[in-house]
Amino acid sequence: MIDTRNLSLSIGETEILHDVSFSIAPGEVFGLVGESGSGKSMTALAMMGLLPSGGIATGQISLEGEDLLHLSETQMCDLRGRQLGMIFQEPMTALNPVQTIGDQVAETLIVHGVAQRSEAKEIARERLNRVGLTEDRFPLSRYPHELSGGQRQRVCIALAIALRPKILIADEPTTALDVTTQAGILELLLELVRDEGMALMLITHDLAVTAQIADRVAVMEKGRIVEQNTTRTLFETRKHAYTRALFAASTHQPSREARVEDTPLLSVTKAVRDYRLPRRTVFGKTPLFRAVNEVSFDIRRGESLGLVGESGCGKSTLTRAILGLEPLQGGRITLNGDDISTGMTPDLRAKMQVVFQDPYGSFNPRHTVARIIAEPFHLMGRPVDAEDQIARALTEVGLTPDDMRKYPHEFSGGQRQRIAIARALITRPELILLDEAVSALDVRVRAQVLDLLADLQASHDLSYLFVSHDLSVVRRITDRVMVMKSGEIVESGETEAVFQNPQHTYTQTLIAAAPAIPEDWTHGAQDAG
Amino acid sequence: MTRFLLTRLTSLILTLLAASVVIFLVVEVVPGDVASVMLGLNAEPEAVAALREELGLNAPAHVRYLTWVSGLFTGDFGQSHTYRVPVSELIADRLWVSLPLAIYALALSTFIAIPVGLIAATRAGKATDTGIMGLTQLGIAVPNFWFAMFLVLIFAINLRWFPSGGFPGWDEGLWQGIIALTLPAIALAVQQASIMARVTRSATLETLGQDYIRTARAKGLSQRQTVIRHAMRNALIPVLTILGLQFSFLLAGAIIIENVFFLPGLGRLIFQAITQNDLIVVKSVVMLLVFAIVTVNFLVDVAYAAVDPRLRRRA
Repeated sequence: MIDTRNLSLSIGETEILHDVSFSIAPGEVFGLVGESGSGKSMTALAMMGLLPSGGIATGQISLEGEDLLHLSETQMCDLRGRQLGMIFQEPMTALNPVQTIGDQVAETLIVHGVAQRSEAKEIARERLNRVGLTEDRFPLSRYPHELSGGQRQRVCIALAIALRPKILIADEPTTALDVTTQAGILELLLELVRDEGMALMLITHDLAVTAQIADRVAVMEKGRIVEQNTTRTLFETRKHAYTRALFAASTHQPSREARVEDTPLLSVTKAVRDYRLPRRTVFGKTPLFRAVNEVSFDIRRGESLGLVGESGCGKSTLTRAILGLEPLQGGRITLNGDDISTGMTPDLRAKMQVVFQDPYGSFNPRHTVARIIAEPFHLMGRPVDAEDQIARALTEVGLTPDDMRKYPHEFSGGQRQRIAIARALITRPELILLDEAVSALDVRVRAQVLDLLADLQASHDLSYLFVSHDLSVVRRITDRVMVMKSGEIVESGETEAVFQNPQHTYTQTLIAAAPAIPEDWTHGAQDAG
Repeated sequence: MTRFLLTRLTSLILTLLAASVVIFLVVEVVPGDVASVMLGLNAEPEAVAALREELGLNAPAHVRYLTWVSGLFTGDFGQSHTYRVPVSELIADRLWVSLPLAIYALALSTFIAIPVGLIAATRAGKATDTGIMGLTQLGIAVPNFWFAMFLVLIFAINLRWFPSGGFPGWDEGLWQGIIALTLPAIALAVQQASIMARVTRSATLETLGQDYIRTARAKGLSQRQTVIRHAMRNALIPVLTILGLQFSFLLAGAIIIENVFFLPGLGRLIFQAITQNDLIVVKSVVMLLVFAIVTVNFLVDVAYAAVDPRLRRRA
C-alpha cells in the first residue's frame, strides 16, 4: 500500500538517508529499528512531508499509486491526518497544553472538513472511547495536564486515527512510558491494526518491542536499511553484522563476579519522606504526601543493588534522600555508621557519588571536561596532583587525558556518560548511585557502559545502587534487587530469584509487561562480539 | 478558578495594605517633620506650627495613618499645599489625561507588535524577519523624547495635521482629545511596540519548536493554521507579562513625553509635587499608582489563567 523506493535525503551538505526502500501492506505491522541518528525518524518525516527546512528528498514514496514527494504542500496537508497519521515519542509535550483533549481530537475532523463542530465532538468522543479513555473519567473538557503520560499517548493515538488513516506511523511511541503502560499502548496499537485494517509503521530502538508486535522488520544503520525480513526470520538468522551487533548488545551480559562482603556499607532504616501539598483552605492544615514510606534496606560492601519501579513510585526521592539532598521525616540513613543528612560533612559526601540519566543536561556547557570532573574536589580541597587524578579518571573510563581540555558538546551521549562516571570516581567513593544512568543510551553504547561499570566495580571495590525502570538492565548488572511501589519496597531478594520466581503480584505484573525477545529466536545465528 | 481569583484578590489587598504602610512611613515618619520639610529651611516656627495643625500632624501616627487610609476609601485625599485644592480633584484632572494616553499608546503598540512579531517568527531568518528585527532594534534605541520632537517637527509644524502640544480637555469633544493625544501616544508606543514585537517573535519561535506543533502539522493543519490555532495562544503568556509591565510604566512613566507635549498628566503632577515638597500630593499619587500597578498585575494574572488552564488550579 505504501511503497518507498530509493528514498534519499540530504539536509544541506549532510546526507541523512541513502536508498531507503521498503513497503508496508494494509493490516501489517512494520518495525523500523536502529540506534539514534540512524535516520528512522527522518524516514517517517519524509513520508509525512514534514522534513526540517533545507531537507531535500529524492526517490519515491507512493501511497496507493500517488507519489508523495511530488505533491504540493496543500495536497500533503490534505493527506496528513486523513491518510497518514503519526504519533511521537514524548506524549507529555505532544499535546497543546491550552486546549482540551476533545478540541484536539475534533480538530483533525474539522480541518479536513469532515464534520462540523458538534458532530466532530461526537466522533472525538467515540474515538477517545476507542483508545480506552471513557467518558466518565475522561470527558472531552479535560486538559492534557490532567492526564498521565500513557493517557496522553492514547489521546495522541485518538487524534491520529480520528479519520481512520491508511497508515499510522508511531515514532518511539512507548519509549517514554513505564513498562505496564507500554504494554497497554502496544496492545491498543495492535488492536487498531486488526480492527481497522490500518498499517502500522513502528519506529523503535527496542528490539524486544519489535519482536513482540512487528510482522516485518527493517534494521537501519547510518541512513541505510541494512537488512529487512519477516520478524522471526530476521531475529533467527541475523544476516547482517550490524543486526548481530545490535542483538548481542541488547542481550549483553557484562562479565562480573559478586565479591560481596558481609558488612553493610549503607543502611537505610525506616526512612520516611513526606512532601507538603498545597493547602486546600487558607488556614487549613497542610496535607502531606508520603513519597517514601518506612523503607529499610542495606547495601553491603562490593554489592550491586537494583531498585526498580515505575515513575512516581518514590525511587528518585529515595535516591536523593540517600545522597543527603532531601531531609527525612523519620528513620535514618547511615554510611559506614555515619548519619547522612542534608547537613552532612563534605568528607562523608565524598564517599558517595551519583551518575544521572541525562548525559546532555547534567553538565555546564561552558565548563571544560577538566573543570567538570574536578568539581567534587570542593568537598575535600583540591589536591596538588589534581591534573594527574583527572587524567587517571579519564583513562579509567576509557577516554584520554587530552579530552580534559574539551567541552561537553564535543562528545557523544555515551562519552558524556563516561565523563559523568569519571566525575563520580574522582573522590574515590565507596558507593555510586546510578540513577537511570544508562537509560538514555543506545543499546551498543549501553552495553559498553555496563561493561565499564562492571570493570570499575571490581577494580575500585565499588558498591552500586542501580536505580532504573528497565528490568532487563537491572537483571544483568545487579546482585540483589528491590521492587518499589507507592513509596514502599514490595519485594526484594537475589536478582535471579526475583526475576525467575517473583512473589509479589506487582513484581509479576512488571515482569510480565516487560517486552522480551522469545527465547527460541535467540539461538541459531552467530552473535558478533 | 474561583479559588484562584480569591487567592489573587487576597494577595492584592494585602499588597495594597503593605504599600500604604510603607508609603505612610516613608513620607510622614522617616524624614522628620513633614511641615518643616514642606515649608523649607527658613520657615517661621509659627508657620510650621500652623501647618502642623492644619495637617493634623499633632495626632499620633496610627491615628494619622487610619485617617489617611479611610480618606482614601471615601475619596478624600486631603488638600494640596501648593495648589490649595483637594488632591482628589488634582488627580482626577490628571488621570483623565494619563489614563487615556496610556490606553491609547498600549492599544497602538499591541496592534502593531503582535502581528509584526508573528510575521517575523514565521519568516525567521529570512529578509522580512531581519528587516523587522532591525527596525525594532532602532525603535528601542531611539530615545522617545527625540522621536517625539521628530514627530512634532513633521506632523505638527510642517504638515499641521496635529497640534504640537497641550491638551484642550475632553469638554472640547472626544475627537479633539484623541487628536491631541495621538502624537504623544505614537511617541510612547514605538518603543513599547518594538519591545513587544521582539518578545512576541521569540515566544512564538519557542512555541513553534514545541512537540505539539509537530502533532498539529501531522494532523493536517497548514503552517498558517498551526500558528493561529496552536502557537499564538501559547505564545501569549510572555506577551501578557510585558503588556502588564508596559501599562504600569505608561501610566506614570510618561513624564518626559508629557513635558515635550505640555500635557497635564500624572507624571508631571508627581514631578512638580516632589520639586515643591507637596508631600500630601506625593503620598496620594504614589498610592494611586501602586493601586493601578497592583490592579494591572491582578488582571494579568487573571488573563494568564484564562489563557493557560494549568494555572487555574494553582494559587
